[in-house]
Amino acid sequence: MSKAAEIDIASVSKIYGKTTAVDAISLKIPAGSYCCLLGPSGCGKTSTLRMIAGHESVSIGDIVLGKDVVTHLPPAKRGTAMMFQSYALFPHLDLVDNVAFSLKMSGVDKETRRARALDMLKLMQMDGYASRKPAQLSGGQQQRVALARALITDPEALLLDEPLSALDPFLKIRMRAELKKLQKQLGITFVHVTHSQEEAMALADLIVVMSDGRIEQAATPREVFERPATAFVARFMGDHNVISGKVLGSSNGLVSFEVVGGATFSASGAPRPAGTDVDAAIRTDHVRIGESPVKGLGFTGIVSNLEYRGPTVKLTIEGAGIAEFTAIITDTAFYATPVAVGDAVPLHWDAGDAIILGSPDR
Amino acid sequence: MNNLLMRATPYLQATPLLVILGFFLAIPILLLLVVSFWDYDFAGMYPDFMTLNYAETLGSWVTWRTYVNTLKFAVTVWAITTFVGFWVAYFLAFHVRTATMQMVLFLVCTVPFLTSNIIRMISWIPVLGRNGLINSGLVGAGVVEQPIEWLLYSDFAVVLAMVHLYTLFMVTPIFNTMMRIDKSLVEAARDAGAADWQIIWNVILPLAKPGIAIGSIFVVTLVMADFSTVQVMSGGQSASVALMMRNQMSLLQYPAAAANAIVLLVVVLFMVAGILRVVDIRKEL
Repeated sequence: MSKAAEIDIASVSKIYGKTTAVDAISLKIPAGSYCCLLGPSGCGKTSTLRMIAGHESVSIGDIVLGKDVVTHLPPAKRGTAMMFQSYALFPHLDLVDNVAFSLKMSGVDKETRRARALDMLKLMQMDGYASRKPAQLSGGQQQRVALARALITDPEALLLDEPLSALDPFLKIRMRAELKKLQKQLGITFVHVTHSQEEAMALADLIVVMSDGRIEQAATPREVFERPATAFVARFMGDHNVISGKVLGSSNGLVSFEVVGGATFSASGAPRPAGTDVDAAIRTDHVRIGESPVKGLGFTGIVSNLEYRGPTVKLTIEGAGIAEFTAIITDTAFYATPVAVGDAVPLHWDAGDAIILGSPDR
Repeated sequence: MNNLLMRATPYLQATPLLVILGFFLAIPILLLLVVSFWDYDFAGMYPDFMTLNYAETLGSWVTWRTYVNTLKFAVTVWAITTFVGFWVAYFLAFHVRTATMQMVLFLVCTVPFLTSNIIRMISWIPVLGRNGLINSGLVGAGVVEQPIEWLLYSDFAVVLAMVHLYTLFMVTPIFNTMMRIDKSLVEAARDAGAADWQIIWNVILPLAKPGIAIGSIFVVTLVMADFSTVQVMSGGQSASVALMMRNQMSLLQYPAAAANAIVLLVVVLFMVAGILRVVDIRKEL
């Protein structure tokens, strides 16, 4: 296998008529890493991937792969290979001819290309199905063939457009483990587009959260989850309560703010000028029942909904000017002091679990 | 009673189609078959069972020459309409970007079909004739001294008119199949380094085959059964099987025409079977 390439995206924009799908994004994807572009539909993640692949022209900016500027090269000359969302296997060709397609296009003779395609199918454990047509395969098998077809060109980077979205939930988990293993084994750069934060967390070395054609945050999964940069990231990654208010003052690494028509809270973060709008994120699973020993790190609200989830119980609480606050409590803690819908319940958390988020306009 | 009605329902539902097909397809063909064995003279037909009509039809070199001529038209028209039809459909399906524009351009293709076959055919005469548009243009421009004779009332004119009449029957099914080709297949091919012609040859053409087969069936059966185009555009100088039948009918030789029709039917059925053997069209139905 060839060496992996670093992908450098330098203030790249994609403009369709009057709409900007990708807005001047810059991103460095280290060589040999597994990068997930994550975001809701229409956030520009697929356009970004397609621009790296060369299936979409770059309106402004440059894309560098390894040492080469590939901005205006055709897809096959970039050293990338793409795996399509629905796999796009050729329905009229058997698996060997599907995998050997790119070799046929470059004029490799029949014997050689069939032998190499068979080797590739063997790597994917699909050699037993070599003479079948794609329609005779299950979703997971089709994905392996699509991978084999993409990898036979010996790419420096593999681009995957929502590769797991066509699979059922069980297969999804199995195939994503296979993807991760394959990436480790080949050591090439993978760029994977997904709208599932769970998938991104499970696979990525680098998560790039996108929204409205911009990058909200690009960091390791742990960093993105524990220190979301913006309210959007906190909401999209889930498991966070996002509360908004106006800054009252800052001291000792804590910013205190007031929820409009509600209570005063404090959260850790860099000082902010008083009076400005601010968002803070509080981990839902770090919230505990009980009076807060410190002012600003808890509130008392009315339970509006209860969901039993086995190991945990999900409480939805309303109060202190917050319409919906989620607390995930372990079943042990919950049944030690059970509450019912309509009860007033005090909640608190540690200073480190409440963090100030970047303002929406950054 | 109620149970009986329940069991009869599906048959009742199938009855209208059965009646229509029976009256307009099965019975006429049966009659044709029966009459083809009858005897006849200048005054009438006489019920009989004789194979003379077939022997006369198949034993005559005129029949064979006419079949060769008709097949020649069929092959030429098929080749041209397939070529034109494929590229028109390819343009509509892969190069026109919006669905609205695709529909508009497709409707433009069908506009000529709002007039009758005969009118479309006859309208070629002032274009191709001795003193027609093309000849007067060429003579006027000094390209040729004498008007070109073979433009009208020739095999060329017959083929030209047939291509004009039947190309849409090729465009429609091919366009239909091409619209079902997943566009990501084209991108996957491009990702694999395929040039434009390689994409057409390795991906689009194989996947458009069922449409080409259906269009071929339309065109071949239409050309094999054509008599008006051959008669008008060749000025009576060329023959086709259907034209031969028409002449027999005008001479009141109905049993001979019927035998001829049965032979033609068998030949055309074999041609259709041949096309279906080459291409599997089941996916399109």
